[in-house]
Amino acid sequence: MSEIIVSASDVMRTFMISAGVFRAKRPLHAVNGVTLDIRRGEVLAIVGESGCGKTTLAKLLLGLLPPSGGDIRLDGRPVMTIPRLEMAGLVQPIFQDPYSSLNPRKSVGAIITLPLVVQKDQDPSTWRRRAEEMMALVGLPPRLYNNFPNQLSGGQRQRVAIARALINRPEVVICDEPTSALDVSVQSQILNLLQDLRGELNLTYIIISHNLAVVEHMATRVAVMYLGRIVELAETDQLFKAPKHPYTMALLESVLTPDPSLGIPDTHLGAAYPNPVDPPSGCTFHPRCAQVMAHCSVQAPKRVPVEGGHVECHLFDANLGKEKAIA
Amino acid sequence: MGMIGKAGVPTASEILEPSSASLMRKRIFGHYGLMIGIGSLLVIFAIALLAPMLAPFDPLDQELSRKLIPPIWSGSAKATWVYPLGTDGLGRDYLSRLIYGSQISLLIGFSAMLISGVIGTTLGVLAGYFGGRVDMVVNFIITTRLSMPVVLVALAVVSLVGNSLWIVIWVLGLLIWDRFAVVVRSSTLQVRNLDYVAAAQAIGCSKMRIIFSEIMPNIMNNLIVVATVEMAHAIILEAALSFLGLGVQPPAPSWGLMISEGKGLMFFHPWLIGIPGAALFVLILAINLMGDGVRDVTAPENRN
Amino acid sequence: MENHILNVRNLTVDIPLPSGMLHAVQGLSFHVDRGETLAIVGESGCGKSLTSLAIMGLLPKKAIRTADLLELAGEDILNATESRMSDIRGSLMGMIFQEPMTSLNPAYTIGNQLIETMRRHRPVSVDEARDRAVFLLEKVGITAARSRLTQYPHQLSGGLRQRVMIAMTLMCGPDLIIADEPTTALDVTIQAQILLLLAELQKEFDMGLILITHDLGVVARVADRVAVMYAGQVVEEGSATQVFGRPTHPYTQGLLDCIPIPGKTERGKHLGSIPGIVPSLVGNLSGCRFADRCQHAMTDCSAADVGFRPASEVGHAYRCLLTPEQSAQNAAKLGAA
Repeated sequence: MSEIIVSASDVMRTFMISAGVFRAKRPLHAVNGVTLDIRRGEVLAIVGESGCGKTTLAKLLLGLLPPSGGDIRLDGRPVMTIPRLEMAGLVQPIFQDPYSSLNPRKSVGAIITLPLVVQKDQDPSTWRRRAEEMMALVGLPPRLYNNFPNQLSGGQRQRVAIARALINRPEVVICDEPTSALDVSVQSQILNLLQDLRGELNLTYIIISHNLAVVEHMATRVAVMYLGRIVELAETDQLFKAPKHPYTMALLESVLTPDPSLGIPDTHLGAAYPNPVDPPSGCTFHPRCAQVMAHCSVQAPKRVPVEGGHVECHLFDANLGKEKAIA
Repeated sequence: MGMIGKAGVPTASEILEPSSASLMRKRIFGHYGLMIGIGSLLVIFAIALLAPMLAPFDPLDQELSRKLIPPIWSGSAKATWVYPLGTDGLGRDYLSRLIYGSQISLLIGFSAMLISGVIGTTLGVLAGYFGGRVDMVVNFIITTRLSMPVVLVALAVVSLVGNSLWIVIWVLGLLIWDRFAVVVRSSTLQVRNLDYVAAAQAIGCSKMRIIFSEIMPNIMNNLIVVATVEMAHAIILEAALSFLGLGVQPPAPSWGLMISEGKGLMFFHPWLIGIPGAALFVLILAINLMGDGVRDVTAPENRN
Repeated sequence: MENHILNVRNLTVDIPLPSGMLHAVQGLSFHVDRGETLAIVGESGCGKSLTSLAIMGLLPKKAIRTADLLELAGEDILNATESRMSDIRGSLMGMIFQEPMTSLNPAYTIGNQLIETMRRHRPVSVDEARDRAVFLLEKVGITAARSRLTQYPHQLSGGLRQRVMIAMTLMCGPDLIIADEPTTALDVTIQAQILLLLAELQKEFDMGLILITHDLGVVARVADRVAVMYAGQVVEEGSATQVFGRPTHPYTQGLLDCIPIPGKTERGKHLGSIPGIVPSLVGNLSGCRFADRCQHAMTDCSAADVGFRPASEVGHAYRCLLTPEQSAQNAAKLGAA
């Protein structure tokens, strides 16, 4: 299972943000040098606070946005060279809010068969049957085929969105906060469904979430993003048992498990999330870091390979100590 | 109601989710304004269609011997049921002219609205969907158009090119698309950022398909509202142009022209402008009632 | 009784709809003490937010509110006039909503809004009010408080805005704070900070706090007492230790089984789930409202109204026909499965 399905190397995406009518536009590096290999069949979670660039990364991987720099390969081919329809057959998204991800003017059947229509599927006589099979697979009763989204509950809508994403059997599914808009009891149903479908259809998941409990439950590997970079990448067990990056530690501490014997954690993160247009110097995390050192504000940390992934932090950079000693 | 919705409790409309079709029917038939508007519009439309059968006389038939017969409610001895709305200064039957005039008003309203709708919607969708440079160009075109006074430009063009019914229609159609463009642009912008458009892109839909099957159906209600407003606008403008003598040419029985022809005799025979004026008023009111109704029925959360 | 800052007995909210009467909240009784946090937890549509609006007297006009008793600090607020209520809101009773951007006026500076809030309710000078604003902004952890007074809401991040919102509710020294999903719109790291801040301030100013949320993790960490709501009724009430340690109502048990807990739930294994959907609350309702989703439903469940009954411990009560022993067995089975 070590075959690489998605490979990103030093991917950048910059937006020009206007600061005001008479001010020059300023660059916002939403994704700022992401290197990542995703293996076939794994569940990779990308976690981070809002504004860290995880949604932009998802759009880059979907081919909906061209990267400003770097290279994204899908099955070994550069993403931007893959024709639109072929790309659609390989990667599909599932969105956060099932209330805005379904066209309110279309019936459930029309929504689920649209991918077949668009792909000019050879056999229109089978569309309805295949859509109903897909509905059964995601747990939707076939009588809903002619219903409209506003007649469905949030959980049912999310199932329709999943059916639409999977009907052409994609290789990779990017789930952007797939359950955060849903109620607790519905969330568990959708997570269970995603687990089952992954086994049945041999899917590779990229789960974008800020809910670390969900991530821990679903993912095999976790990438922690901060201001457009992956600051730590590790196997899930490794990351939750022995987090390396101080930011990962703070994130893990802030998970509120329903245990009344524990109080409210103090994450010591202090200051708010920095403005991505104006990121701090050196290590971008240094103003909030509990273990900040003198050179953190000057020098950006290098990527240090560790078991099962990497970490970007001066605490783990063995060479830095030496360099300092020489200087 | 908005308050509860925001607080995370389902709003009444969410609780009442079963069968949106029957709900919609209920809302349509419960909306008196909409029903009155559609009703009166249908009546006027039927009158226009059946004009040859309904009109007692040829609207162009002059007979100076029977000129300026007052309508029957005037109480004048000259009033007669043969000419229930009287006759004009050239002795033409006013009722017949009014009936045939509805044809001209509706034709101009519909055609000008269609022309301006196609132009404005195209520009608006392009600007809203593609954004960036396209948006800048479209905005420039809209601003240019807004800086031109409609009536003056229409007067200039008509006096240069000459005037016929179709020239008036084209001039109006080419001039009043701005509201279409502005409204369609902003609603496209809203819909464009919804997840279902991103989902359609990810499925591999072409831009054309996204615009026509994902965006257009969801801005349709706004489009209908603007269409009714612009139809009324075109009808009024035609009346104004005709009144100024640069619209529909005599002896055609346009309501605007009827007012214009009656203005000289206004003080002695006020019904000459009162009758076509009232007809115009009823038509515009019906169209606007329908537009408001459509807005209320399709977007109940925007009421109040 | 003297310590109860808020006393609610048999609160009911009905909303007339074209299709019938919507019984959104039914027979709600609870109290909040000084220095105590009561969490009302439940999923969307359970009536928790309507409950808070009913207490504040902010229900939509067509909603019908009835209660046997609704008292804030000994004052009857059930029959209070609208002008008295608007006086109470913001002075005796503070509110914090989910999205601070919609509760702060974008057209005025932070300072202006803080000062005005106080001067509307208290006879103080602008300078006194400004001093209190600075004092409270520092209290809620905002640095350079005096210079922040001239900023507008859009210049602050979500976390900072929520801190300003908290400072604003504290301006008049309220007895009770009602926080409706105060951290749902915030990032996890900021959420912890805001909750910590709320808890500290609440103890320091000795206020009652009603926390309305769907997040069981937040409830467990913050609440002293918990009321679990389902379909307009409280189905279980007790101390946080009781409700989370020995959940007795099948709905509470099911909810707790639904959420993944790092280190506890096994990866790749199915989470628990509650089949079915929330019943419609329109028209005549009888029997247990959870019956058609409950694994342990019996024929009696849908027959008559199910009353609130004490569990094995004092202060812990639930609305179910099962005995506490039966429930404990069910909970054990859930845990083992």
